[in-house]
Amino acid sequence: MKAWHFSENAYPYLPPAETYPSIRVSLPSRIYDPEKGAALYHRYIDEWLIAEDEGVEIMLNEHHQTATCVDPAAPLVLAILARLSKKARLLILGNPIANRRQPVRVAEEMAMIDVLSQGRLEAGFVRGVPYEILPANSNPVRMNERHWEALDLIVKSWTTHDGPFSWEGRFFHMRAVNIWPRPWQQPHPPIWISTTSPSGAARVGERGYVQATFLTGFDGTRAVFEGYRRGWMKAGRKEPVPIDRLAYAALVYAAPSEKQARAGAEKLLWYILSNKVPPHIANPPGYVPVQANLAILRGAEHPLSGFKKNATVDAAIASGLMFAGTPDQVMAQFKKVYDYVGGFGHLLIMGQAGFLEHEETVLGIRTFAREVYPRLKEAYPDKTPSWSPTEAVAAQ
Amino acid sequence: MKTSVVRLAGIEVELFEAGSGTALLWLHGGNGFEPSHPFVQPFAVRRRLIVPSHPGFGRSGLPDWLDSPDDIAHLYLELMDQLGLARAEIVGCSVGGWIAAEMATKAPERFTKLVLVGPAGVKVGRSDKLDIPDIWAMPQEEVNKLLFHDPAKMQMDPAKLSDEQLTVMLRNRETLALLTWEPWMHNPKLKHRLHRVKAPALFIRGASDGLISQAYLEGYARLLPNARIATVAAAGHAPHLEQPQAFAAAVLSFLDG
Repeated sequence: MKAWHFSENAYPYLPPAETYPSIRVSLPSRIYDPEKGAALYHRYIDEWLIAEDEGVEIMLNEHHQTATCVDPAAPLVLAILARLSKKARLLILGNPIANRRQPVRVAEEMAMIDVLSQGRLEAGFVRGVPYEILPANSNPVRMNERHWEALDLIVKSWTTHDGPFSWEGRFFHMRAVNIWPRPWQQPHPPIWISTTSPSGAARVGERGYVQATFLTGFDGTRAVFEGYRRGWMKAGRKEPVPIDRLAYAALVYAAPSEKQARAGAEKLLWYILSNKVPPHIANPPGYVPVQANLAILRGAEHPLSGFKKNATVDAAIASGLMFAGTPDQVMAQFKKVYDYVGGFGHLLIMGQAGFLEHEETVLGIRTFAREVYPRLKEAYPDKTPSWSPTEAVAAQ
Repeated sequence: MKTSVVRLAGIEVELFEAGSGTALLWLHGGNGFEPSHPFVQPFAVRRRLIVPSHPGFGRSGLPDWLDSPDDIAHLYLELMDQLGLARAEIVGCSVGGWIAAEMATKAPERFTKLVLVGPAGVKVGRSDKLDIPDIWAMPQEEVNKLLFHDPAKMQMDPAKLSDEQLTVMLRNRETLALLTWEPWMHNPKLKHRLHRVKAPALFIRGASDGLISQAYLEGYARLLPNARIATVAAAGHAPHLEQPQAFAAAVLSFLDG
């Protein structure tokens, strides 16, 4: 089991939400105070380094035109962390390669960080949430196709060491790719992919990359991991999926007392509560399939809006989106999700959000690292086989 | 009236035909085409009306290589070949107007007259402002206000549509995005090609069209040597749907004149 401290570089000093239609894409940058922003950057970097000191790994991500995550160039922050950290694995989850115009540039950035960090990079790739479409001016139709072609081009860029190769694909065209530096890790850094759909996960499983899923709760997470296992077996593998191929991101806050934990957990909810986005930004044409949009017109919830109803600590814990409490309580909550979804070997800890102050964030990191993490590592070694809970139920 | 399927470059394209006489190729806009549309009757009594559903619209196929109005323009020249149409009149609405303009630049001799209805396709204004408002960056109610003179009358109610109708509508939306996303609603090359289109052209818009402004229409029309401009009162971006009789009268008078 590996745990990762994940922080979105949030900028919480906003006017009342009723004064703006969206926290993403259209929120005027006039609201952003660069002095406060600078202090936040330094603080969040400090927190990652504290997590490293506590034995926790480092994770960061990227969003654009939003106060929820003022990290529009995650490789920049990752490069800083590659220099300042000493031992932690460095996970970027991830590079939004369906929205980046030049995959080879992404391959170069990742290779630099892998070399700088002497082989500590974990290279994640994401399709990106729908709110990323307008900032990138990226066509929402055929994003998956672009995503996979870009990934193939990146892997080829990393693994070709004998001079230039050319690429003439459907979306990307290069005549002489020959990146310097090449990655430290051979044949290339570990690859992670996030998805919330079982069919997408099957494709990831076929390739054996690490599958991450964010705040998908009990049933959503189980479905994604089942999809991954289907793809994994379809590729002809005999052994079951080890848990170190599967990652789950949750809001996590552990503290010595229930009262402290509850206070921290309430503040972490900012991550859910602040995400005010109107439907036209949350669901651009082509982002979800026609059949999913038909269901939405007939009253179904948009896949990304469902978690809003879990905007209390109790509801978030009950839905498996949050692990919060004393170390014992966090262990019990974790185990419940772990057992329900068939196991996973990476806990991506959303450990800072909104107005959770530095001392509170550090208390959460330290309590988790000292009181929970050793128990998780002991109970769930990296190569523990995952299992299919639906097949297990059927077998009974 | 008949609906058939034709194969163009391996794509199955749904084709609607009605009436007889001079061939008029009608290229629909972003909302697609339905045989029940109210402009069909007034045109079909005077013309051989030919209406393909663009790839990815209606029940027409969409191959993975196709992603621009220019691609469709090539297909429809092939359609004219298949139908044995050496020459035809052409009417294009919105993105269909863009396709019509692309076709005319490729084979100007094949079009006797052109009618572009609230057409997209060129960029005439300054670079730091969209010529055509971004319909994907605003709530649907705002889009409806730009689309229609009388939004209350024109907007659709999903509850009254079948799953099949809604599926078509949603697929039309998706294909419209695919075709027009970037550069937004135009082909930067098109305006440098339109001078070759010497046939008489009518640029027409609804007076309340919030997407295609009068200034845009005038700038577009100036790119063709033989273009004139008309306006349909009490109509928005789809005057052929909102004021079908007045629209048909204006267009047929141009075509017959």
